[in-house]
Amino acid sequence: MSDSLAVEARGLVKHFTSRKTVTKAVDGIDLSIGEGSVFGLLGPNGAGKTTVVRMLATLLRPDAGTASVLGHDVVHDADAVRSAVGLTGQYASVDEDLTGTENLIMLARLYGFTPAASRRRVQGLLEAFDLADAGSRQVKTYSGGMHRRIDLAASLVLAPRVLFLDEPTTGLDPRSRNQVWDIVRVLVDDGATVLLTTQYLDEADQLADRIAVVDHGRTIAEGTSSELKRSVGEGAVHLRVAEVTDRTRAAEITERVLGTEVTYDSDPHAIAARVPDDGADAVPRLLPALTDAGIAVPEFTLGQPSLDEVFLALTGQPLPDDEEPAPERDTRPRETSEVPR
Amino acid sequence: MTTTTLRDAVALTDRPTRPSALGTTLTFGWRALLKIKHVPEQLFDVLVSPVIFTLMFTYLFGGALAGSTQAYVQFLLPGILVQTILFVTIYTGYTLNNDISKGVFDRFRSLPIWRPSPVVGALLGDTVRYTIASVITIALGLLLGFRPEGGLAGVVLGVLLLLVFAFALSWTFIILGLLVRSPNAVMGISMLVLMPLTFASNVFVDPATMPSGLRAFVEVNPVSHLVTAERSMMAGEPDSAAILWVLVASVVLTGVLGPIAMRIYRTKT
Repeated sequence: MSDSLAVEARGLVKHFTSRKTVTKAVDGIDLSIGEGSVFGLLGPNGAGKTTVVRMLATLLRPDAGTASVLGHDVVHDADAVRSAVGLTGQYASVDEDLTGTENLIMLARLYGFTPAASRRRVQGLLEAFDLADAGSRQVKTYSGGMHRRIDLAASLVLAPRVLFLDEPTTGLDPRSRNQVWDIVRVLVDDGATVLLTTQYLDEADQLADRIAVVDHGRTIAEGTSSELKRSVGEGAVHLRVAEVTDRTRAAEITERVLGTEVTYDSDPHAIAARVPDDGADAVPRLLPALTDAGIAVPEFTLGQPSLDEVFLALTGQPLPDDEEPAPERDTRPRETSEVPR
Repeated sequence: MTTTTLRDAVALTDRPTRPSALGTTLTFGWRALLKIKHVPEQLFDVLVSPVIFTLMFTYLFGGALAGSTQAYVQFLLPGILVQTILFVTIYTGYTLNNDISKGVFDRFRSLPIWRPSPVVGALLGDTVRYTIASVITIALGLLLGFRPEGGLAGVVLGVLLLLVFAFALSWTFIILGLLVRSPNAVMGISMLVLMPLTFASNVFVDPATMPSGLRAFVEVNPVSHLVTAERSMMAGEPDSAAILWVLVASVVLTGVLGPIAMRIYRTKT
């Protein structure tokens, strides 16, 4: 990660007016994304994530504020931004009537590749994205995962230095989601900068170096994943004793060692304790202390707080559940957009 | 999918130079042709409606209106041709709106290309549709006894003039395609506009017998001027006033609506 900024935004604002009601889609967002890093914009539906990406990708003009990508202003130097950026998302798709190959060839030709160079480039991309066999089929016949991979390949035709991924795994099954994650990791290893929007906590946690939590068009917290987690405490110890009769004694020892209060689980074997802000050092002493007292502890886990808890602590409301089974077919919620058309 | 193939595939040593406006426009024209190849159903309307209209009007009304179907088809065919092509222009707006709702539009707008090229390229691709529709209508007319005095030259020049006007008119539907919410709404609204324009014109009958109010409308209706120009060219007696009117109207439509359409295109949210 170098010191120079790939994406910089100051006070970005976008309001939409429809039927005399003003929606403050983006209401003053600042971003500083270092070159070669992955930045996650995390927030629920309607938080303004897509609007931020569309402004940075020159598709929307900000009402106020400035933004630049690799030093090029998104309003005054839009073409330079367009040459440097790859975009994938709910709003930048491929033509479903055309085949995968035709879509990529078309883009390669639009970027100025010669016909021969286009064919070579597209063949390589299709093979790398595991789509070589599907290349001659219309994109509308693709599964959700294949569709997302051709979208990604389409945004990489010009090997962009900055990649905007707008909810890249929404609606994908876990295997396809992992494939997308692997692709992103390889690209970042090779020096690309990625701005990722997501409503999935684990996605931001897995991929992003820094995360901004957005809600109602504003950044409500920003930092690394662990910084955000630390802002709501050091995590919690969960343990389970072998004998129910040992639970009270185990609780007493835990309270003494960690210097914190214990909560009793509905499971009669289990207790949990929040680790206090300065108590991280005490955690390793807890298990020996319990064993020395003759208490058998078959389960002992130290968990960092999840980003879900972070979001709850910051906004007072939980994030949408991200554990719903993902449909195999592509059912991306194009209609439930956060941008009124 | 292995890491190395992915790396090699994405790595790019020779960055291409920015293509010309003509190059990108032609690429979008190629896309329009591919869409016709993959979705031939979209040509169905183009093929079937002129056939139905020509047969229906020639045989239903021909005898009553002109004494014989033979005589009527000489009058009707240039009009039917205009009607057919005008209806085909709706597809321009329909296709554009489809691109917007499918998200393809934003991909194009995020590219470093001459901004009007997706729209102009689509218009070029539409030429294929216009040509197919024209060929079918004229071929059917010839089968039914249409004998244009203007000969091949008159017919070809007539079709060219019609294409010029169709391109100009397409900007209306591009604007509609940019503003309206769904592809089907584009279809609906366009039909609502074009139906009265083509029927309340001189496409099917001579306006001489119409009540004065209607006749006044028919006489200012741009479709009537276009049909008059077409008839005169195909009959080998070009009506230069009507032809000039069509050319001027085309220039004005393009000059006014083109920039408006591109402005909406650029600022589209």
